[in-house]
Amino acid sequence: MVTYVVRRLITAALILLGASFLVYNLTALSGDPLEEFRASNLPNAAALMQARTQLLDLNTPAPIRYFKWLGGAAGCVVGQCDLGKTLAGQPVTQALGQALVQTLTLVTGATILAILVGVALGIVTALRQYSALDYGVTFMAFLFFSLPIFWIAVLLKEYGAIGFNNFLAHPDIPIPAALGIGIIAGVIAGVVAGGALRRKAIVGAIAFAFVTLVLVVASLTQWFRYPGLGLGVILIAGVGLAFGITVLAAGLQNRRALYAGLTTVVIGAAVYFPIQPLLDLATPLMIVILAVVTIAVGVAAGYFWGGYDRGQGMRVGGITAFVVAAMILLDRFMQSWPAYFDNGKIRGRPIATIGAATPNLQGDFWLSGIDAFTHLILPTIALVLISLASYTRYTRSSMLEVMNMDYIRTARAKGVSERSVVMRHAFRNALIPIATIVALDIGALIGGAVITETVFSVRGMGFMFLDGISHVDPNPVMGVFVCVAITALFFNLVADLIYSALDPRVRVK
Amino acid sequence: MSQQSQQEDVATGTQAGTTQSAEPVAGVEPVLETKGLSLGQIVRRRFFGHSGALAGLVVFAIIFILAFSSEGWGPFPGWWKYQHDQVTPLVNEGVPTWTFAPFSFGDHPFGQDRIGRDLFAMTMRGAQQSIVVMIIIGLVAGVIGVVVGALAGYFRGWVETILMRLTDIIIIIPVLLLAAVMSQTAGRRDAGTWFAQFAASNGVVVLGIFLGLVLWVSLARLVRGEFLSLREREFVDAARISGASNFRIIFKHILPNAVGVVIVNGTLIMSSAILLETALSYLGVGVKAPDTSLGLLISQNQEAFSTRPWLFWWPGLFIVLICLSINFIGDGLRDAFDPRQKKFNAKKAKDWRHRKAVPAVAAPGGEAKLEVDATIIPAIGVVPDPEAHGGADRSERGKP
Repeated sequence: MVTYVVRRLITAALILLGASFLVYNLTALSGDPLEEFRASNLPNAAALMQARTQLLDLNTPAPIRYFKWLGGAAGCVVGQCDLGKTLAGQPVTQALGQALVQTLTLVTGATILAILVGVALGIVTALRQYSALDYGVTFMAFLFFSLPIFWIAVLLKEYGAIGFNNFLAHPDIPIPAALGIGIIAGVIAGVVAGGALRRKAIVGAIAFAFVTLVLVVASLTQWFRYPGLGLGVILIAGVGLAFGITVLAAGLQNRRALYAGLTTVVIGAAVYFPIQPLLDLATPLMIVILAVVTIAVGVAAGYFWGGYDRGQGMRVGGITAFVVAAMILLDRFMQSWPAYFDNGKIRGRPIATIGAATPNLQGDFWLSGIDAFTHLILPTIALVLISLASYTRYTRSSMLEVMNMDYIRTARAKGVSERSVVMRHAFRNALIPIATIVALDIGALIGGAVITETVFSVRGMGFMFLDGISHVDPNPVMGVFVCVAITALFFNLVADLIYSALDPRVRVK
Repeated sequence: MSQQSQQEDVATGTQAGTTQSAEPVAGVEPVLETKGLSLGQIVRRRFFGHSGALAGLVVFAIIFILAFSSEGWGPFPGWWKYQHDQVTPLVNEGVPTWTFAPFSFGDHPFGQDRIGRDLFAMTMRGAQQSIVVMIIIGLVAGVIGVVVGALAGYFRGWVETILMRLTDIIIIIPVLLLAAVMSQTAGRRDAGTWFAQFAASNGVVVLGIFLGLVLWVSLARLVRGEFLSLREREFVDAARISGASNFRIIFKHILPNAVGVVIVNGTLIMSSAILLETALSYLGVGVKAPDTSLGLLISQNQEAFSTRPWLFWWPGLFIVLICLSINFIGDGLRDAFDPRQKKFNAKKAKDWRHRKAVPAVAAPGGEAKLEVDATIIPAIGVVPDPEAHGGADRSERGKP
């Protein structure tokens, strides 16, 4: 095991050396860094050229310059990083730090969402193989897979930002629109429901009535202008979620687990009003501490209800507590929405099309949180749509493969409930190949999404890389490349190790 | 992946109508159906039974014919009256003239851009470019990937070490960088080198070749994996004993057995190549301005979305259609080449289950049903369809 890791690390270092040599020379030879001065009529063009030549050390041939760069980069091992300077004179290490923060805020949420939704869809479609739902999701997966991200980004800007902002100025939903959305929701619900035609029709009709009613009420109460959940919605949704989580995680016959979930909902509703003054003073650290406390309370509720399977109760309690707390948090964000909406910097057009934050926006935690959300929402949707497809397809095929295994039949034969078969025997094993893909994707994460960053003007890693290439500036290109390559190689190794840890049949050697 | 199980799979499909409609008498030998089918025949049958793949093939064929016949290619003239770079007087502010009632295409069915170029001509030209790039990338990446993977997997030892480390290096070099290098080198038209001259006149071909030179890595890894297992099989030993050269063994004996992996992965490379080409053109390092491409069209016209939305919709629609059809074809090919994957045909699976249910109803009690199942299936000589039955014995079908 240790020899395997060491061998892999040595190989990775050699690969990195070879690839970085190629990348440096390709970048350096790709164009003429002095081109903009050659054509210019500035009186001091010659001096500028001289300065640029000095800065980039152009009198040294590129392969030798690479070794100079390598000397500086080797300092990173002993803690004295020198990756050179960009054309603007900023040290690359500093520029990388800024770009990394931008990129990670952009892609982390999108990746997590894509994984969660993709895996869930994959499982459901595998369980309902050859149903209308399966066909629908499969077609959507292929469609999203075929969408160019710059195209969908422009569409999102047009309809998600400009169109939605126009709607927010006068948030009235006409009755025909509400009916139309209700019909769509009803059809989707009917397809998802499955079962006999009668059941589908009933579920679809309920969903149609519910969605239409909610939209009409939202329109009448100007909900989109002054949103909020309120205690009632949190309580009702919390009870529903407690039942749902219990069904998935423990099964309804485990009454103690259900009571644990319901207890946390009641606790959440009880602290809803007392906690509001505290939330007004919120800082990011406080939110994290509160989240930990909430989960601890949920787990404790599960522990004290006990029952024949204490672990299940604790799990249900913890998850339910987290979800209820998330709803209270969402409600608090919504309370700040009118203030954000009327802010002088926003001027009633909240959904932003470019950038990562409104410049010079002054506000508390809630206001800046909403600001980050309105800037991230469109790129996140675009990224999720694009990457959703592969997770759905992989999970589906992996789940189908597992569901046909002998041990699943054995589990069924000995009378295990369907929930246990799916969640315990099948789901966990189906996740093994997904874990590898997730590890590889996280490795590729910090490369950023070049196109998404370009379209939405986020100055992240991809932007820095593209900018360096277009100015024939090797230092930032190398900085980005080294970061991306190291994480990619590292997570490649992690993926292999995870696989062998999760699947005892696979041994690294 | 044994030949045996594939024949049985196809037999399931073809027999279902004949043997099942007759009395399922034990001992009937389905002679006609199990007559040997070549791998090509099996794959073709399975592929054409896949409705999604067929639809993809039809759509792709229509786009291909439309794009190449309307604008012409190389010396061949097309039937459409405008060229993609031809400026014509603006008709009605460039709004598309295609109307449905009364149905007529008009002069500019897709509309015109700001200076009066015909969008239909430009979109067709862009579709041509995308298809050409896709095919070139598929060919270049396919050939290199197969050769590298085959040599590495067959010879092992130092050949494998060198080739696979090379693959590792290329896989982490960003494609964007290579495209940028290519486009900037080709952009220097004053350089006067043969490469710059060639690139200036055949930008899209050079782009395709360059991208092909870096996109073969995934295919090489898969082919190597196939070769590693195939080279240990008996038929390779037999070929070697009868005096076949290494070259002959690799390309005549082993490669035909690995053709499924090559074709399926080649299709996937091609579908991602379309998106890659459009994305590079969008970023300004792919196909460049006097020529046009679907990505470039979107990049040029995205600012005008609110005033001239058609300039944005049509190129995007064609990207999505081409890519979607290739993806469906790839999916069909994967199902066709993978013996474990069942035909993507729910109706047949349902019919099969339904027919089996009939004797079960007639038989008294649930245990009798089990007997019926157990007797019917050996009689036909078929392994039950795991997807129709929710779990069949996989041990006989061979592990992947």
